Amino acid sequence: MTGSEWLLLFSGVVAGATPILLAALGETLTEKAGVINLSLDGTILLAAMVAFAVAFETQSAVLGCIAACLVGALVAAAVGLFSLKLGQSQVAVGFVLTLTARDLAYFLGNPYARLHGPQFSSVPIPILSDIPVLGPVLFHHNWMVYAGLGMIVLCWAYIYRTPMGLRLRAVGEDPRAAFARGENPVRLQWIYTLCGGFLVGAAGAAFSLFVKPGWGRPQGAEGTGWIALALVIFGGWHPMRAAAGAYLFSFLQVLGIYFQGWIPTVPAQVFQVAPFPLMIFTLLIIAYAQRTAIPRKDRHRPRLKALLDVFSGAAPSALGKPLRPGSL
Amino acid sequence: MTKRHWKVFGLSLMGVFGFTTGILMLAGAPPMEAYGLLLKGSLGSGKKVGAVLTAWVPLTLCAVGLLYTFRIALWNIGVEGQMIMGAVFATAVLRFGVESRLPLFYLILAFPAAALGGGLWAMGAGLLKTKGGVHEIFAGLGLNFVAQGILLYLIFGPWKRPGVASMSGTAPFPPALWLSSVSGMRLSPEGVFLAAAALAVTVWMFRYGRLGLVFKAAGNNPTAVMLFGEKPGRYMILAMVLAGAFAGLAGSVQVAGVYHRLIPSISSNYGYLALLVVMLSNYRVALVPAVAFFFACLNVGGIQLPMVLKIDSSLAGVIQGAWVLAALAAVAWLRKEGRPEEAR
Repeated sequence: MTGSEWLLLFSGVVAGATPILLAALGETLTEKAGVINLSLDGTILLAAMVAFAVAFETQSAVLGCIAACLVGALVAAAVGLFSLKLGQSQVAVGFVLTLTARDLAYFLGNPYARLHGPQFSSVPIPILSDIPVLGPVLFHHNWMVYAGLGMIVLCWAYIYRTPMGLRLRAVGEDPRAAFARGENPVRLQWIYTLCGGFLVGAAGAAFSLFVKPGWGRPQGAEGTGWIALALVIFGGWHPMRAAAGAYLFSFLQVLGIYFQGWIPTVPAQVFQVAPFPLMIFTLLIIAYAQRTAIPRKDRHRPRLKALLDVFSGAAPSALGKPLRPGSL
Repeated sequence: MTKRHWKVFGLSLMGVFGFTTGILMLAGAPPMEAYGLLLKGSLGSGKKVGAVLTAWVPLTLCAVGLLYTFRIALWNIGVEGQMIMGAVFATAVLRFGVESRLPLFYLILAFPAAALGGGLWAMGAGLLKTKGGVHEIFAGLGLNFVAQGILLYLIFGPWKRPGVASMSGTAPFPPALWLSSVSGMRLSPEGVFLAAAALAVTVWMFRYGRLGLVFKAAGNNPTAVMLFGEKPGRYMILAMVLAGAFAGLAGSVQVAGVYHRLIPSISSNYGYLALLVVMLSNYRVALVPAVAFFFACLNVGGIQLPMVLKIDSSLAGVIQGAWVLAALAAVAWLRKEGRPEEAR
């Protein structure tokens, strides 16, 4: 491949990673507060459908994106209502919501299938886009891609460098202790569930407004919600590392397209499922790396240890175990 | 059913009715007409009821399997892939029967083979969970996609129809390799018998069997089970294998009794749907057949919606999901309401 082809490839990786990046960041935020929002896969589809429908009706991609964010927050509110308010299992509610949101998207989106609608157009940033290599790869996109890039830094800075972020982590680690320090854990969990859902909604908009423009059944976003959920674990609940995972995933996806061109005898559907065994394998390594109670095999192998340490990182202690309503 | 169950039923019915009517109005479809179509399309004639029962069989088989995994507190989301692998294993056996002089032998063999296929696939998820520390939701889900990939590879690759490989599936098997069917329908009595037998075995197992008790104990308190000298991990894998075997049987019924070939959508989402069935049944075996029947009605009734009302058939899925959510809400609400009576 020539140099310009490589630049095109990496530019595609940066743009293509945006939805999964936004979803993974949103879920990281939610899980940091101790809440699992398992409904990502369905939420992304529903948000994608709403984004396209609103953008089509108003001829404004921005309005579509805002509507999608609100839909994401709405589904997250349902998760909050059932788990934080009514005390039901987060996994159960999230799973049902995934299926319901997906079917709802197919049902309500039916009239908008296979239509041509507005998309986000790329807005090169004036001076920065002229930088060799970095310019075309990073600064030759639409504003949603920039927002995604900015959100990585913002999430990291918020969680690890602000007092609010400290409170967020405290609630996820030990809601009772946070309560004793004068916090309102349930309120904070509500806030971050909604914020996370907002970002997941944006991920849906990124799909239907530029990564896989348009709406249809299937849309092409199916399955990414689960990948995003796995990326949160991959990232060890750290936004930067989750983002790195999103870019890695996007890179592999683009690579898959090239492979498909090289080996045309293998049906396309087989390549589409390739990320998932990879996901299992990664989670297997992570689970091994995060093991501390049992001695690992890397004790006398410094290189292996360094490699495994990259994957270490622990879940928020109170993840998925919210306070029972009224127990404080 | 106790008074409380009826309350949950009534409340959730009202909730789901209100929600669905709103959604239908949002989509610009006449709600009453849509409900009428769902009813007529599922229970309107003997043939329709036959179609409902045809869907009821795999749904019930998958749901029964899930009762074991839920009992030991595992989320066997991989049931979809286990059903696919069952169908693949059954097809592999039936392919030998095409040229054979003893087709019946291969037809019968297809069922244990399917149970083995589903069981092995479930064992993969179980081992990833107990030995690898990968949450069963991710393990199962990943394996679902892998199974789907294997299925498509086989249909478009080694097992493709002579001449053209297409989405319509492999070449149909000769009738000697079909399960019998009620005249003019795809409903096979053997399938219904299989589902009923699975229900009966499970009722017995949970009521009198030692395994049912150990599963429950290991699900509620794995540490205690370990202290009693049992290995909870092993029971988890056993529960997974059982669930996978039932799902695999569902796959073989679809291949040998319904489609008579392997098709890309052989699982028809029945695995995911079965998870909802079990949740709405409140994880109790007694309610599973009724809920599965109701869900099958919605699925079959929904087929006509696109043709008559120009709306998507996924309305059935919306109603099913909304009902589970409504039931969860009703249960929580009643618990709250009844709290002062409880000893606190």
